[in-house]
Amino acid sequence: MSERLIELKDVAKSYGRVFAVGGVNLHVDRGEVVGLLGDNGAGKSTLIKMLAGAIQPTSGQILVRGVAQPNWNAARSRAAGIETVFQDRALCVQQTITRNIFLGRELTNWFGLLDPGRERREAERLMREIGFTSKVFSPDSIVGQLSGGERQGVALARAIYNRADLIVMDEPTTALSLTETEKVFRFVRAAREGGRSVLFIGHNIHHVFDIAERFVVMDRGRVALQATKAEVGSAERLIAYMEKLAHPQGLPLDGATHGASA
Amino acid sequence: MSLDLEASDLRAARVSRPPDGPVRRYLVANRAAVGTFAVFVVMIGVFMIASPRVFLSWPIYNSVLVTLPVALCLVTPLVFIVTVGEIDLSFPATMGFAAWIFALIVQAGYSPLLAIVGAVVTGMILGLGVGALVVVANLSSLIATLGMNFMLRGFIMIVTQGKSIALLSLMDSPTAAALSGQFAGVPVQIFWAIGFVAFAVLLFNRHRFGARVKAVGDNPDSAGQMGINVNRTRIATYVFMGVGAALAGIFTTMVNFTWWPTTGDGYLLPAIASVFVGGTPTWGGVGTIVGGAVGALIVSFIQSGVVAAGLSGFYVQFFNGLIIILALLGHRWNQKRFR
Repeated sequence: MSERLIELKDVAKSYGRVFAVGGVNLHVDRGEVVGLLGDNGAGKSTLIKMLAGAIQPTSGQILVRGVAQPNWNAARSRAAGIETVFQDRALCVQQTITRNIFLGRELTNWFGLLDPGRERREAERLMREIGFTSKVFSPDSIVGQLSGGERQGVALARAIYNRADLIVMDEPTTALSLTETEKVFRFVRAAREGGRSVLFIGHNIHHVFDIAERFVVMDRGRVALQATKAEVGSAERLIAYMEKLAHPQGLPLDGATHGASA
Repeated sequence: MSLDLEASDLRAARVSRPPDGPVRRYLVANRAAVGTFAVFVVMIGVFMIASPRVFLSWPIYNSVLVTLPVALCLVTPLVFIVTVGEIDLSFPATMGFAAWIFALIVQAGYSPLLAIVGAVVTGMILGLGVGALVVVANLSSLIATLGMNFMLRGFIMIVTQGKSIALLSLMDSPTAAALSGQFAGVPVQIFWAIGFVAFAVLLFNRHRFGARVKAVGDNPDSAGQMGINVNRTRIATYVFMGVGAALAGIFTTMVNFTWWPTTGDGYLLPAIASVFVGGTPTWGGVGTIVGGAVGALIVSFIQSGVVAAGLSGFYVQFFNGLIIILALLGHRWNQKRFR
């Protein structure tokens, strides 16, 4: 029995009378890669923003290692060991690579004074770990000079700095080249081998099927399906299921758990 | 696959790695401030050629050193506000208000040191109020602080009925001498002002607060998602502005031994011009304190320099404008924009 890292209980988010996410139950165990799928507007991004503390749920509970978290916000989410790689990468493009890696989590000595030497060394180490060639960049390079894949690298470097228990990745392979996508996959595998969990959100079902071992499909703000890789069988069956979801004429998968229960 | 590799290699090659030498790295990192300083040197050079008699003797520099500290106290915190992506037009009234509290405490017979503390606390409270109004009520800082400037100044005028306060007791106060007297022929307040600028440079470049101010000004959404309290950071810059405005008000009042209800009026546009002449761009996320300080130096020198050079006061505005435009063009060429 693996440890339950994060659990969402009946988490809902509404804007006025419109539900973006309505009563979702979801969990991620230690060391597993969970793929989160769903059409545009299914509520994936809202869900992970709640997980990251960027927005607050209207109702429901977020449990970290079995403990309910009151007053959930972005700083607490990070302190609890959740790192989020946002779809827009959440970078400050006029700042250096170092400043972006330590955004909101500066390395300081006394009185909150920065420790530029230590930050620089750590940034250099993280960039090597991610696979940055430091011939072209230095930690002092401005992020605005980097390409999309390189910016993704900065966001990933930031996510692994704290040895986070859960790394949430919102469409990390969108708009990346093949080699850059392969780098992201290598990153996810390395994170799992290191005992961390990954929640991987994607539009490309083949990508998600390759990398994840359990799948959660969202539809119109609710969890429509939770299934393991064995239960799903192949990416084609997953695609077929999602097509059926978009045009509902019955569910093709047997043996998988339906509905919101886990 | 190999095509793709080539493409990304080509792209990578075009990005220049920042220089490694400490001197070059310093120059590149501070190119805005260095550029502003070059403008200053050229300007002084022109003044010296145009009027060597005035600009090769001390009095002109002495008069600038009296007005400069006030400008420095205003410009430095203003760089924080512009970098965080906001603007403040209410600091002249805050300056007058804080100086008013200073004058009232001194007039009541208390120590000038207590009066300074009172004025700085007043400045912080007013800054907190203005900042909270802009940030929490989510108002446009341009309009809201303009309104606050009129309202605070109006409040001062209503209560004092436009009467000034003379503070003759300051003339033989050792505190006043230590803060605004003369030392070896140099106005003492310039040393205090330089100390304030040095503190601000440390805060801006070497402290967590400065890093967060830049991050919030750069991309408030990203900063918030990474756990930075965006609203608190923004309000804090207004509180710091309140401190600077209070210090500026105290210096003005001490030098003149009088508080006027108009104290602070007339500093609005020169202070804002100094920030941008100094090389801080309007869009937030980056800024330079040293550049802003040199900008204040430039603006102060235009005012006394044009008149001292024998031109009539009518030329001041023209040269003010000319320098602002030339400096902006220079920074446009000197700095790359990443957004």
